[in-house]
Amino acid sequence: MLYKETGQYKSSYKSDHAIFPLIQDKIAFSTLMFIAFLIVPFIINSYWEKAILVPFLIFSLAAIGLNILTGYCGQVSLGTGGFMAVGAFSTYKIMTYFPDLNIMIIVLISGLITAAVGILFGLPSLRIKGFYLAVATLASQFFLVWLFNKVPWFYNYSDTGQITVSERLMFGIPVTGATAPPYATYLFCLILVVLLGFAAKNLIRSKMGRSWMAIRDMDIAAEIIGVPPLKTKLSAFAISSFYIGVAGALYFAVFLGAIEVTESFDIMTISFPVLFMIIIGGLGSMLGSFLGAAFIVTLPIGLKFIMVDLVGLSAVTAKHFEITIWGLLMIIFLIVEPHGLARLWSIAKEKLRRWPFPY
Amino acid sequence: MSLKDLKEIPYGKTAIELKNIFLAFGGVKALTDVSFDVRKGEVFAIIGPNGAGKSSMLNVINGFYKPTSGTINFAGTDRGEMEPEFAAKSGIARTFQNIALFKGMSTLDNLMTGRLLKQKQNFLMQALYFGPAEKEEEEHREKVERVIDFLDLQSIRRTPVGSLPYGLQKRVELGRALAMEPEILLLDEPMAGMNVEEKQDMSRFVLTVNNELKTTIVLIEHDMGVVMDISDRIVVLDYGKKIGSGLPNEIRGNKAVIDAYLGVSDDE
Repeated sequence: MLYKETGQYKSSYKSDHAIFPLIQDKIAFSTLMFIAFLIVPFIINSYWEKAILVPFLIFSLAAIGLNILTGYCGQVSLGTGGFMAVGAFSTYKIMTYFPDLNIMIIVLISGLITAAVGILFGLPSLRIKGFYLAVATLASQFFLVWLFNKVPWFYNYSDTGQITVSERLMFGIPVTGATAPPYATYLFCLILVVLLGFAAKNLIRSKMGRSWMAIRDMDIAAEIIGVPPLKTKLSAFAISSFYIGVAGALYFAVFLGAIEVTESFDIMTISFPVLFMIIIGGLGSMLGSFLGAAFIVTLPIGLKFIMVDLVGLSAVTAKHFEITIWGLLMIIFLIVEPHGLARLWSIAKEKLRRWPFPY
Repeated sequence: MSLKDLKEIPYGKTAIELKNIFLAFGGVKALTDVSFDVRKGEVFAIIGPNGAGKSSMLNVINGFYKPTSGTINFAGTDRGEMEPEFAAKSGIARTFQNIALFKGMSTLDNLMTGRLLKQKQNFLMQALYFGPAEKEEEEHREKVERVIDFLDLQSIRRTPVGSLPYGLQKRVELGRALAMEPEILLLDEPMAGMNVEEKQDMSRFVLTVNNELKTTIVLIEHDMGVVMDISDRIVVLDYGKKIGSGLPNEIRGNKAVIDAYLGVSDDE
């Protein structure tokens, strides 16, 4: 009875089709936004920024991007790392050529460039599906990383092959570079995540989202009712890559500050974890993208806390255990709840509706 | 429908005309020299034994198969083949023999996909979900709600169609085709696997669509009782060839048709 929708009548299609149709959800979301915008910025410190909040926000964006492509449009992709690298290197090159351009605009343009690259690598998706497409996107991952490693123009011919961000201001406050205060980087990411998150949700609940899901569920029937397969798949690739590109730009410019492509955008550090995020969070669920990102970002921290601080293992031993436990948890998770955290949440909501009665 | 209407219908204007359609997959001849026309506002049935090429015929009509030769006269022009998107745009909708719904989506979303071609807002407007985009969404929702009312789908609006029973899935599929507001509705075995009540319901829906919305219906069905009762004209296919066509009564007495269904004994 804690979460009841009884008595909440919808008198227009608009209110029925709202993102948060229930008053409980509205309150919960507003509270969350209030805390995120008006409380967290004042208490955030550099540990929370660097270890939890900023990576969570950035990976949420990447997870939304991949969820659009894989969860909603049904096209499996293992190229997330490569596309994030495109976003990062676009940011770097734009920063070099246009020193005066606003960082927000740079990040968004980087997203657009990644979208164009995504369309290019999405072209084979008309002919190949499933595992075969996964392999094709895997090729894009390796190709893109190789490209940024081999062509010195991308890293401005530096000796180390590293790219380093320079300081950029937003309303007079640095948001990139070493001097950026934690609240500034956090708010910068948060604003992008909230805006782009709503945009994604809106796309999903309107024509475009339904076209994607139609292609995912039954591509032949979709074609018969007039959904053009190539255009729809490419739009998913483009928009997904836009989100991943923005995530890559933030990952480089705001979060890490300096990167080396083979290390930072490796398949094991980006592509697979982001895929796990959407699988564990829930394929085809916006909430799942956030839950999955939160889970994967905080899991190592939680495990380390338990093993080092509570049990008293040495940091090295704990690191080894961490990887093992991580893998084990993945397997257990996929067996117990293949539909992810978002599904667990909807089961919990159902329970809350009936509480305290068993059924 | 009055008796006068019944008589008039066979002489209505041609909705779609198929001339000398051949369709072959490698050496397999699916359709051989099939010609017929469907007139506006009629219920037109395609019948025949299994493997006769009925579904192939529908696939040719809505552009999913490209005929090897032959012409299709539709919307005023002769063309060799149809593009699925063109067919959908110019008002041909269909259902499938094996249900082809979008299983992960709710009933409502499935019906809304039927409106996709009529939604014109670009993706930026959709992303902002603002003004015209929102209005458009609501307009189409209203159209879809009418279909939901007509087919009695209110209670399963939010249910993912994958978890619905077979009969309801068939109905949702009809709903998705109706949401397209088609001029020609192609139904591939809409009553297969249904019990008597469900067949009655489905027949009622088909006839109401035909009467009220004046939708031309092309139907494949194996239940002869249903076909004879609801269709205005019938064409019979066997081994990809047309072996008969005409009013239900003529088909009932057609020797070739009876032979195709019952087989011919060797002593004849």
